[in-house]
Amino acid sequence: MLKIENLHATVDDKPILKGLTLSLNPGEIHAIMGPNGAGKSTLSYVLGGRPGYEVTEGSVTFDGADLLAMAPHERAAAGLFLGFQYPVEIPGVSNVQFLREALNAQRKQRGEEPLSGGAFLKVAKAQADGLGLSMDMLKRPVNVGFSGGEKKRNEMVQMGIIDPKLAILDETDSGLDIDALRVIGEGINRIMRKPDKAVLLITHYQRLLDYVRPDFVHVLAAGRIVRSGGPELAHELEREGYGALAA
Amino acid sequence: MSEVRNREAFDAAQKASTYEWGFTSDIEQDFAPKGLSEDTVRFISAKKNEPEWMLEWRLKAFRLWLTMAAPDWAKLNVPPIDYQDAYYYAAPRAKPTLKSLDELDPEILRTYEKLGIPIEEQKVLAGVEGARKVAVDAVFDSVSVATTFREELSRAGVIFLSISEAIREHPELVRKWLGKVVPTHDNYFATLNSAVFSDGTFVYVPEGVRCPMELSTYFRINAANTGQFERTLIIADKGAYVSYLEGCTAPQRDENQLHAAVVELVALDDAEIKYSTVQNWYPGDENGKGGIYNFVTKRALCQGRNSKVSWTQVETGSAITWKYPSCVLAGENSVGEFYSVAVTNNYQQADTGTKMIHLGKGSRSTIVSKGISAGKSNNTYRGLVRVGPTAEGVRNFTQCDSLLLGDKCGAHTVPYIEVRNPSAQIEHEATTSKISDDQLFYAMQRGLDQEQAVALIVNGFAREVLQQLPMEFAVEAQKLLGISLEGSVG
Repeated sequence: MLKIENLHATVDDKPILKGLTLSLNPGEIHAIMGPNGAGKSTLSYVLGGRPGYEVTEGSVTFDGADLLAMAPHERAAAGLFLGFQYPVEIPGVSNVQFLREALNAQRKQRGEEPLSGGAFLKVAKAQADGLGLSMDMLKRPVNVGFSGGEKKRNEMVQMGIIDPKLAILDETDSGLDIDALRVIGEGINRIMRKPDKAVLLITHYQRLLDYVRPDFVHVLAAGRIVRSGGPELAHELEREGYGALAA
Repeated sequence: MSEVRNREAFDAAQKASTYEWGFTSDIEQDFAPKGLSEDTVRFISAKKNEPEWMLEWRLKAFRLWLTMAAPDWAKLNVPPIDYQDAYYYAAPRAKPTLKSLDELDPEILRTYEKLGIPIEEQKVLAGVEGARKVAVDAVFDSVSVATTFREELSRAGVIFLSISEAIREHPELVRKWLGKVVPTHDNYFATLNSAVFSDGTFVYVPEGVRCPMELSTYFRINAANTGQFERTLIIADKGAYVSYLEGCTAPQRDENQLHAAVVELVALDDAEIKYSTVQNWYPGDENGKGGIYNFVTKRALCQGRNSKVSWTQVETGSAITWKYPSCVLAGENSVGEFYSVAVTNNYQQADTGTKMIHLGKGSRSTIVSKGISAGKSNNTYRGLVRVGPTAEGVRNFTQCDSLLLGDKCGAHTVPYIEVRNPSAQIEHEATTSKISDDQLFYAMQRGLDQEQAVALIVNGFAREVLQQLPMEFAVEAQKLLGISLEGSVG
């Protein structure tokens, strides 16, 4: 589904990714772990197409198409969802309005009919219920006045409504208490644990992986994947730290 | 790097606001002679079959205007205007009085269709039981050529006429109020308007009557080199209520066109007037060529106890905007409101705001101004809150927010506060922000293209004002901000 080969990327002319190679197949959940500054967030932004993140070498294909040639909204319509580490506030725009416009913009790009207000609300309510957010929250402006945990739940509600093929979740577990972690872990499984979908979980810690069991774990250090393995690798990292691996 | 990101936002904003409605109708004109003189004033008055007192009123204003100078205190760079190089009257050849829309010049109807103004649809809607009705007094160039719903309004006792008709049919009301809120000597442009106003709207809502529908006039300049001098007078008698909607779009032109309207509102005891404007005159091209000069004097007199006037404006057009819809809060416990969104792009200049003059005890006012600047434009909020010495217990709340797109535009806030009574409570809040790269990327990652993302964020910024608009207008306003909010389910 996603094929990253020898990816090099710079931010403000500073090299961050230095030859990253990674493949995800449908039905797989991959976790990327690594120390601060390894390039984890840069990887998510490069895949999302954020301006300012320049690819200098390598390629990324998504379902066979050249992902790097697409604009961010085209990547979204192609089925790529990015869960933000720091979800952004948009004052004056309700979540419901934001998501309905976004979803219908995606559908239009794919040549699908727009979803009616009623049909959309039904989907939105189901997803909000699943993640313990009230519809009142969804009617409030996007992330404005939301707690850290609420913002992360809101990201998952958005993911559920958009129903992407590939989710790249950037530290979705940061700032969550144990209960919220469980709710979000269950949400990821419910929405994305399907034979035709894939997930790239970016995280510092093992604890989210207790709820979302990865098929593969990779260690990102200094802009490259330095080690790959099964779920047991996460436990090893938790015990021994990144220091030994990066060395 | 940040330069590049800003540029993208800047480009998207520019694209989003590209003027779509630049086309010209081919209607034969009946011009007044070019230039401005007493003869021009007499020509207009004669064309309108006006009584002698009206002509004298105009001539007095004209003679006064000759002694005046254009104001220069606004933060505007106004090129010299040659008042002799323009026409002051243009009327479509179509019959001036029509029984139905069928008699309307088909060319005009087509123009409206291109603009998406659903006159036909509104007629259909009017037949539907319980449907809200919108009366359209379509001002095409200078003469009202179509008036609908007149019967239903007259059953309610509401007088809704072109100002020319009102001068002939209700001279007592016009003489009593014309120039009482904006006197002929008020300012250069108001004086000019008093001399040469060609048409406009008159509304009188009698005591205790709630106007049964929203009143709406669509203005449209359609003749090259023809200044528009609209004159609007709305009177809400004791306990009356009326909501008036004014929308403007203009076809694309190379030459600058002068627009100097005067709007006067009068609210007596317990009366309420809601006046909404969507202004989309041609703003000029990307290089600042052409565009309308919009010098407007709008003022309300809240004369009665508990009277209320609410101005809502969405200003997206014109090369130059000079406009301060104001309230004179003379009545005890009277209320004035001003809600404004002003968008400037390319080389547009806007200097707009309000004046709240508190004279009555317990009078209150609210000002919410949202300025959005892009391109190389300049956007100024200029507002006065004045409290007279005998006005006890006055309250005012002012909020001025500016949003910048790109780094070559300007946003300016110039509040004037003059308080002569110590019991007044005045609050002023102001913010300036830029659309952030984070917001843009977030919205785009969810599937919106850049144009849609900018529109969404801008719309959110302006929300407090947009939601003041009547439903019929909110849609058009959101479109004008480059936003699709269809069936907002929030």
